[in-house]
Amino acid sequence: MAEKTVDHEGQGMIRGLNWLGRKTLDIIGELGALAIFFCYGIILIFSLPFQFRKIIQQVYFIGVKSFLIISLIGLFTGMVLGLQGYYTLVKFGAEGMLGAAVALSLIRELGPVLTALMVIGRAGSSIAAEIGIMRISEQIDALDTMDINPMRYLVSPRMAASVIVFPMLTALFDVIGIFGGFLTGVLLLGINSGIYFNRIYDSVVLKDVTGGFLKSLAFALIVSTICCYQGYFTHMRSEGFGARGVSLATTSAVVISCVLVLVLDYVLTSFLL
Amino acid sequence: MNEPFIEFKDVSKSFGSLKVLDKANLAIYQGEITAIIGKSGAGKSVLLKHIIGLLKPDSGQILVRGKPLSQFTKAEWRHFKRSLSYMFQNNALFDSLTIFENIALPLVERTKMSAAEIRKRVMFRIEQFELGDVEGKYPSQISGGMQKRVALARAVVTEPTMILFDEPTTGLDPLRKNAVLNMVAHYQREIGFTGVMVSHDIPDVFFISNRVAIIENKKIAFQGTPLELEQSDDEVVWQFIHGQEVLQDQLTGLHSKFEVERALKQELDRIGRFQDVFSVVLFSVDSLEQIREKVGYIAAQRIFQCLGMTLRENLGTAGYAARFGPEEILTVIPQADATRADLIIKEIITECSRQELMNPESYRKVCLDFAIKAGIVEVRKKMRLEEVISLARKSQKVIAKLECDKGRGPV
Repeated sequence: MAEKTVDHEGQGMIRGLNWLGRKTLDIIGELGALAIFFCYGIILIFSLPFQFRKIIQQVYFIGVKSFLIISLIGLFTGMVLGLQGYYTLVKFGAEGMLGAAVALSLIRELGPVLTALMVIGRAGSSIAAEIGIMRISEQIDALDTMDINPMRYLVSPRMAASVIVFPMLTALFDVIGIFGGFLTGVLLLGINSGIYFNRIYDSVVLKDVTGGFLKSLAFALIVSTICCYQGYFTHMRSEGFGARGVSLATTSAVVISCVLVLVLDYVLTSFLL
Repeated sequence: MNEPFIEFKDVSKSFGSLKVLDKANLAIYQGEITAIIGKSGAGKSVLLKHIIGLLKPDSGQILVRGKPLSQFTKAEWRHFKRSLSYMFQNNALFDSLTIFENIALPLVERTKMSAAEIRKRVMFRIEQFELGDVEGKYPSQISGGMQKRVALARAVVTEPTMILFDEPTTGLDPLRKNAVLNMVAHYQREIGFTGVMVSHDIPDVFFISNRVAIIENKKIAFQGTPLELEQSDDEVVWQFIHGQEVLQDQLTGLHSKFEVERALKQELDRIGRFQDVFSVVLFSVDSLEQIREKVGYIAAQRIFQCLGMTLRENLGTAGYAARFGPEEILTVIPQADATRADLIIKEIITECSRQELMNPESYRKVCLDFAIKAGIVEVRKKMRLEEVISLARKSQKVIAKLECDKGRGPV
C-alpha cells in the first residue's frame, strides 16, 4: 500500500518534470525562431534591389501617422512633469531646477519608453493584425508561390522603417515634453523662463541624448520584430485559428512588446548609467 | 509514352493524425491539361501544394523531369518556381492592393520591366478578362466571380510554363464558368503551358483536359485520358462521371447500377440452391431523350422519379431497382414469380397514372407522346446475366402511355 503511494507520487513528479521540460523546450524553440526571424529580417533589408518605396510607405504609416498622438502624449507628459516636479522641488526651495528635472527624465527615460509604448499601441497592433490576416487568407502563401520572399516583402520594410522612425519620434516627444514643462512651470507657476532653459542647457550632456537614442533604437528593433513575428506565425498558434488566431496574435504582440520594452529599458539603463 | 514532366512517387502526407495522401502516384505531362477530381477534402489541393513546395511530403518523392524536388539546388528551385503560377482556391488576392496592383505585383517584384511595359501587359490582361471598370477597386469591392478572374489574370500575367489551378470555376455562374474554362483552353492552345486543374465541374472539365486523375481514399484511383475514363468500368470512376445520375437516383431512391448488378448475380447464384424462382423486370420509357430535349428536363426526371419511388415503396427492402441505361430501370424481385411481378407492375402503373405527369393537361406548351414499357423475366434456372437482360428487353410491352392529341398536334 505504502509502495503504491510512493509510486503515485513518483509518477506525479515525473509528469511535473515532463511538463516543465516540454515548456522549457517550447520557450527555447520559440526564442530561437524569433532570433532567426530577427536576423533574417535585418539581412533582407539590405538585399537588392533596395525597397526604398516600401520603406518610405512604412515610415509614413508608422511615423507620420503617429505624429499627432506622440505630440499630444509628449505635451501632457511634460506638463504633468512640470506640475509634479514644481510641487516637489518647491519643498526644497529648488524650483529653479525644474528645467533639468523635466528634461533629464524625458530624454533619458520617459521619451523612449512612452514613445515605444504609444507606437506599439498604434502601429504595432496593426502590423500584427495586417500580417496575420494576410497569413490566414493565404496571401503570404500567394507571395511565396510568386517567388516573392514574404519576409523581404512584408517584414524587412517594417523593421527598417521602425529603426528610422523610433528615434525621430522620441526626439519629437522630448522636445514637445520640454515645451509642456515650460507651459506649466514658466507660464502657469511663474518660474523664470531663462532659468528653466539655462538649467536644461547646463544639465543635459551628450551622453544622456545618445543613451535615449540607443534605447529607442533597441525598442524599434524589438517592437517591430515581435509584432511582425506574431502576425507572421498566426497560423501556428494552437489556441485559435482564423479570426480568433489573428486577435490572439495582436494581443500577444502588444503585451509581449510592452513587457519587453520595460524589461529592456531597465537592463539598458543599468548599463548606460 | 514520353517522360512525365512531374511525377509523384509513393507520396504520403499526414496532418497530425489525419492521413490525406497514402502512397499516391501521379504523372503530369508537359503541354497537357491534367484535371484532378475527387470529393471535397480528398486531398486535391494538398496534391497541388506539393508541386509548388508549399507542402513537403512525409515520405515518397516528387520528380520534375526525373529529378527529385528535394535534390534541387537553390538556383534550380528558383528557376522552377518562377516558371509556375498558382491560382488559389480562395483567390488569395492582396486585399490592400487595387486590382491593377494585384495583377501587376509579380511583374513589379520579380522583373526589371519599366512601369510603362508593366502597365501595357497588365492592361492587356485586364481587357482580356473583362476587368476594365474595376481596375482601381479593391478585391473586397468586387464580386466573387470577378475576384476569380483577377486571380486568373494574375496567374497568367507572368506567362508561366505551368499553371496550377485550384478550383478555378467554383462559385461561378454557368456562363462565367464556361468562359473561364474556355479561356484556360484557349490560352493553353496559344501558349502551350502545362496545366493542372482541381475541379468539381464534371463533365465540363473533361472537355478541356488531356488527362484526368481521380483521387479517392488517399490514393490516385484512376489516371488516364477522358476517353479511357469514360470506358472504365471501375465503380469509383463510374460514380464520378455519372455524378448527376447518382444524385437523381438518390432523389428517386434507386440503387446504384453496381448494386443491382451485384444483387442480380447473387440471385442467379442462389437459384436452384436456396430458391426456386425470382423475377427481373426491365422498365423503359420510350423517347425519354426526346422528352428531355423538347418538353423539358424536369418532366423527364419526374417520370423516372415516379417509377423509382413507387418501385421502392412496393418492393421494400427485399428488391433492388436501379437505373440501368439512360432510359431503363432494372428491377430484381426475389422469390416472386411472373404473376406477382405483374401485380406489382399494375400497382405501380395505377399509382403513376394518378399523378400529373400522365395527364396531357400538364404539358400546355409542348406535349410529346410517350409510353412506359415493362418486360418481365421469370428466372427458374441458372442463366447468364446478359441473357436475363436481353430476354427482358425482348419481352417488353407497353404498360402505360400518354397521348396528347387533344386539340394539339404532335411536336
